[in-house]
Amino acid sequence: MIDVNVHLSRWPFRRLPLDDTAKLVQRLKSLGVTSAWAGSYDAILHREPSSVNARLAEDCTAHGDGLLEPVGSLHLGMPGWEEDLRRCREQHKMRIVRLYPNYHGYTLDAPAVGELLSRAIERKLVVQIVAKLEDERTQHPLVTVPPVELEPLKDWLTKRPLARVVLLNALGLVRGEALSKWAAAGQVWFETAMLEGVAGIGVALKHLPADRLLVGTHAPFFAPEAGPLKLKESDLGEALRRQIAEDNAVKVLDWS
Amino acid sequence: MIWDLHCHLSGVDGRTVDERIAQLMEIADRMGVDRLVFSMGWPWSQDPGPDDFRKQNDQVIQALSHWQHRAVGLAYLNPKHAEESLAELDRVVRDGPLVGVKLWVAERCSAESLDAIIRKAAGLKALIFQHTWYKTGGNYPGESTPDDLALLAKRHPDVPLICGHSGGNWERGIRAIRDCPNVYVETAGFDPTAGMVELAVRELGDERVLYGSDIGGRSFASQLAKVTGAEITEPARRRILGENLRNLLKPILTAKGMRL
Repeated sequence: MIDVNVHLSRWPFRRLPLDDTAKLVQRLKSLGVTSAWAGSYDAILHREPSSVNARLAEDCTAHGDGLLEPVGSLHLGMPGWEEDLRRCREQHKMRIVRLYPNYHGYTLDAPAVGELLSRAIERKLVVQIVAKLEDERTQHPLVTVPPVELEPLKDWLTKRPLARVVLLNALGLVRGEALSKWAAAGQVWFETAMLEGVAGIGVALKHLPADRLLVGTHAPFFAPEAGPLKLKESDLGEALRRQIAEDNAVKVLDWS
Repeated sequence: MIWDLHCHLSGVDGRTVDERIAQLMEIADRMGVDRLVFSMGWPWSQDPGPDDFRKQNDQVIQALSHWQHRAVGLAYLNPKHAEESLAELDRVVRDGPLVGVKLWVAERCSAESLDAIIRKAAGLKALIFQHTWYKTGGNYPGESTPDDLALLAKRHPDVPLICGHSGGNWERGIRAIRDCPNVYVETAGFDPTAGMVELAVRELGDERVLYGSDIGGRSFASQLAKVTGAEITEPARRRILGENLRNLLKPILTAKGMRL
């Protein structure tokens, strides 16, 4: 299983049972995870993204045990994010970058989003956009952050058809018929971390093409056990299960 | 052995209650869930009148009719309609197949209007489940917090009460009911945030923690993960996943001659 939604370092509002990288890696492996796309919680509130990315790359090398795919974070509201992008690709050899628009205070219709997508295509980088990190009902009362308004992204996907975008924690915000419209808009993928409802994968697949669904756990904020259990809860059959659990994610990263 | 305290018929495919529960049982089988506790029918009503809660209870009774070996049900009541709620307890618990009470968001549970319901339910050995949340951004007017439940629990110290959702913001919820030994927390209906079960076990003891899912709005998967992924002992996990609930239901199931 490839887990496309993992973070390292410390969740700002609570210590988590698995917020030690080595311990997280061990747990993910025990659940059958063979690769985990890992960003850093530090990227949410820290002011210096390049330091966050350097620490993340170091942590993945030192404690990843071959499991962690480092995901650089970009703050498109910061001057010089283009240099951060260059360092992610050239210095840290990253293949994926992650955005937190709602925590960083911009919307997806910002020109920088289009610029980033163009540069990501040139550099063969997958872009992950975090739609939300936590249920608004449980957020710290002094740090309430609404979900990202995703709709403006569709326009960029039309204008940048080669861009590859993975939406994290977006299932729940987007459901039903809207999923098929997203799939038609461009190269966009969803993952399972915030997918809820009984046998939720089966329900989502009524509208979302199976090649657009990936597995994410949102560990360590969420218990990673939910990832494999969601695959079990829907009656998928082995071929479809393998496609969602692994094959789709491999293809997302394959630009050949 | 997994017993799920918190199951609904809404949010599930199927035109009839029979179709819905049959489908849920297939999924429960895949997930290893042995017994399910249902409450409320559909459409949902936050402040149901007597006709409405009677209708919803009838839906649950119909759903259980072919699944009595695997499922039990709770009576949905509204303390704003106290007399009708007491009569409904007679109809569906004393004289019917239901085994407990579900209280949702019509009235905060610290209100004295609940006292007669609690006393009657306790007399029937019925399980009492109260929804609670602390919502950042504010609760519904009649929505209880664990603070409300603690007040109720202190008025009825010998009656077991269940703190639904552990208050959602569970760090605060667990604290609020910690010194009420008759209150149990349940794990259902919030995101599978890691660490909740560990904290509950540490602060309350594993015997006061109950697994629930809140299907069909939630998945079995995300809710089971809170318990299966928790760093607790295996005996504690077994108690949370089923033994504690079985023990709570034992008096009424035994009294009614129902399968334990």
